[in-house]
Amino acid sequence: MRDTSEPLLRIEGLRTVFRTHGGEITAVDGVDLSVPRGRTLGIVGESGCGKSVLSLSVMRLVAHPGRIAAGRVLLDGRDLLQVSSAEMRDVRGSQVAMIFQEPMTSLNPVHTVGFQITEAMRAHDTRASAAELRERAIEALNRVRIPAPDRRFDEYPHQLSGGMRQRVMIAMALSCKPKLLIADEPTTALDVTVQAQILDLLRDLQAETGMSIILITHDLGVVAEMADEVAVMYAGRVVERAEAGAIFGDPMHPYTLGLLGSVPRLDEERETLLAIEGSVPPPFALPKGCRFHPRCPFAAPECRSEQPPLREIVPGHSAACLRAPVEAFVA
Amino acid sequence: MSETLLEVNGLAKHYPVRKGLIVAKQVGTVRAVDGVSFSLKRGETLALVGESGCGKSTTARLVLRLIEPSAGTIRFEGVDVTRISGAAQRAMRRRMQIVFQDPYASLNPRLTVAETIAEPMLVHGIGDAASRRKRVEELLSLVGLRSFHAQRYPHEFSGGQRQRIGIARALAVQPDLVVCDEPVSALDVSIQAQVVNLLKDLQRRFGLAYLFIAHDLAVVKHVADRVAVMYLGQIVEVAGKRDLFAAPRHPYTRALLAAIPHPDPQRRGQVKPLGGDLPSPLNPPSGCRFHTRCPFAQERCRKEAPALRQLAPGHEAACHFAETLPAVGLDFTGGLSEAATKRLALYAKARAA
Repeated sequence: MRDTSEPLLRIEGLRTVFRTHGGEITAVDGVDLSVPRGRTLGIVGESGCGKSVLSLSVMRLVAHPGRIAAGRVLLDGRDLLQVSSAEMRDVRGSQVAMIFQEPMTSLNPVHTVGFQITEAMRAHDTRASAAELRERAIEALNRVRIPAPDRRFDEYPHQLSGGMRQRVMIAMALSCKPKLLIADEPTTALDVTVQAQILDLLRDLQAETGMSIILITHDLGVVAEMADEVAVMYAGRVVERAEAGAIFGDPMHPYTLGLLGSVPRLDEERETLLAIEGSVPPPFALPKGCRFHPRCPFAAPECRSEQPPLREIVPGHSAACLRAPVEAFVA
Repeated sequence: MSETLLEVNGLAKHYPVRKGLIVAKQVGTVRAVDGVSFSLKRGETLALVGESGCGKSTTARLVLRLIEPSAGTIRFEGVDVTRISGAAQRAMRRRMQIVFQDPYASLNPRLTVAETIAEPMLVHGIGDAASRRKRVEELLSLVGLRSFHAQRYPHEFSGGQRQRIGIARALAVQPDLVVCDEPVSALDVSIQAQVVNLLKDLQRRFGLAYLFIAHDLAVVKHVADRVAVMYLGQIVEVAGKRDLFAAPRHPYTRALLAAIPHPDPQRRGQVKPLGGDLPSPLNPPSGCRFHTRCPFAQERCRKEAPALRQLAPGHEAACHFAETLPAVGLDFTGGLSEAATKRLALYAKARAA
């Protein structure tokens, strides 16, 4: 038996780069993260912050011209970046599984739902009979609370609603009982009432199976609802990391503050939202020093030259900012 | 400013569903919009909210007559726009503009920003080349872009900047009504806030009326004066935004509000999912269309369709039991922690400096 206090997944110094005509760009730049057993890590950030490339790197699915340039991805102590392709194929599905934002484009329109669910089972268990696979798939559909699963088994993706498709994706991802589920914007394409159903389902399934979840999202509400720990990413780096309560209750990084100020809240009325000025820098033109400094209202001269390391500001709460907590610097 | 600008009555759009290759027989009707009525005052924002497929975008397009209604009237300053054509219709169109959801698909990639923004003026024969050029510059600065952007092409801009270009184009002909069809839902959070602030600012300056189509209720609460909630092609509740968020009367409105996750982990688990899926508009449920998912549904709801009726001044809902529903139990209070509030204030101060 493994030590259960040891996190399930540890990412150390991960760097993923893409070769382009304009030279090499770094999409993920020295990320350290860990995911505890049975818990949920929320990764928050806007488009282009590297959160999706990070998750693809964990799955080792970064496609050419991208490659993982440095770092370690330790699952139960085993470095996934060192195992062979064949071993990695075995890890995908049975140990780490992934669901994506767009359930329509991630399902194959010309195969039935049942065929697609049993595909992964067939790959990992070559001896199972067709009847056995069907039974297991129907059980999987049942577990994600799809009504009339035996009928749905023979249907095609276009016959299902968006929420049902995402349930099918989750059923497929969980069909081989992974220890870690990576959910990349799983509810972004869904309506708010359907989103609530899917989040509820993910929470229940986590309680049943004890799996860990990496939840990637841009929606602070979803993070607050689901995550135990949160990492905020900006321009390829983690800029703040803490327990969910501390991220919302005691936000340290100016970018996190800006995000909180940008979301309209239901509990108050403000004339104008506290938007972040400017936009995310493109990865081929990252500013020197702190990558957030051109948009940061607190930027000091040293922020322009020095890349701030992620440092612990209060126990269990780190931020990559030279001026955090801000009240210590600004009157 | 209390003058009614737009009045929509019994608006409907039915799409026939045909089957058969040679002799097409009509086998059904999709009632995308089915008897929608609302009004909009000058300078006011009315939000149309609802989930995908509820008919909110179809309603917006009907108002602009981008698609022809099957029934109903649309009065703009008292003139029924469904009955005019030719020059009168063109003149009317100048006064109603639209901002689209997808800033990538709604700009012509072959036109420069200046050409894009000047095009509506060209179409309506406003000004000469020199005055249009000047107006383009004015509009660019109005939406927070720089004059050197005028000669660039859409691909050189980010999503937020493109949406600013789309807004400048809509304002080029000085409309009275702007239909905003999910104008911020394709944008990142921080950019969303910039565009929302811009829209509110422009409304104040030019007295624009917005018909604001959205599915994000937090954004709606921030921009709207009044909110109309749609379900399966019909309006189920209309109210001033404070009333709607404080005391929603229709069970569907309540379900929508209860489904919003709050950016506050201390209120985790408050989200209550609504069961079931949206029924098909091809075959909507009998009686109240929401009865298949409604936790309070009774026998009467299955048989009799409830009419939209006034419950309080300015507050209408289409539910037989709106008065007798149990208390809502929605709690939006709590809000930001002390530390977060303090730092956000510092952030605002530093930004303003």
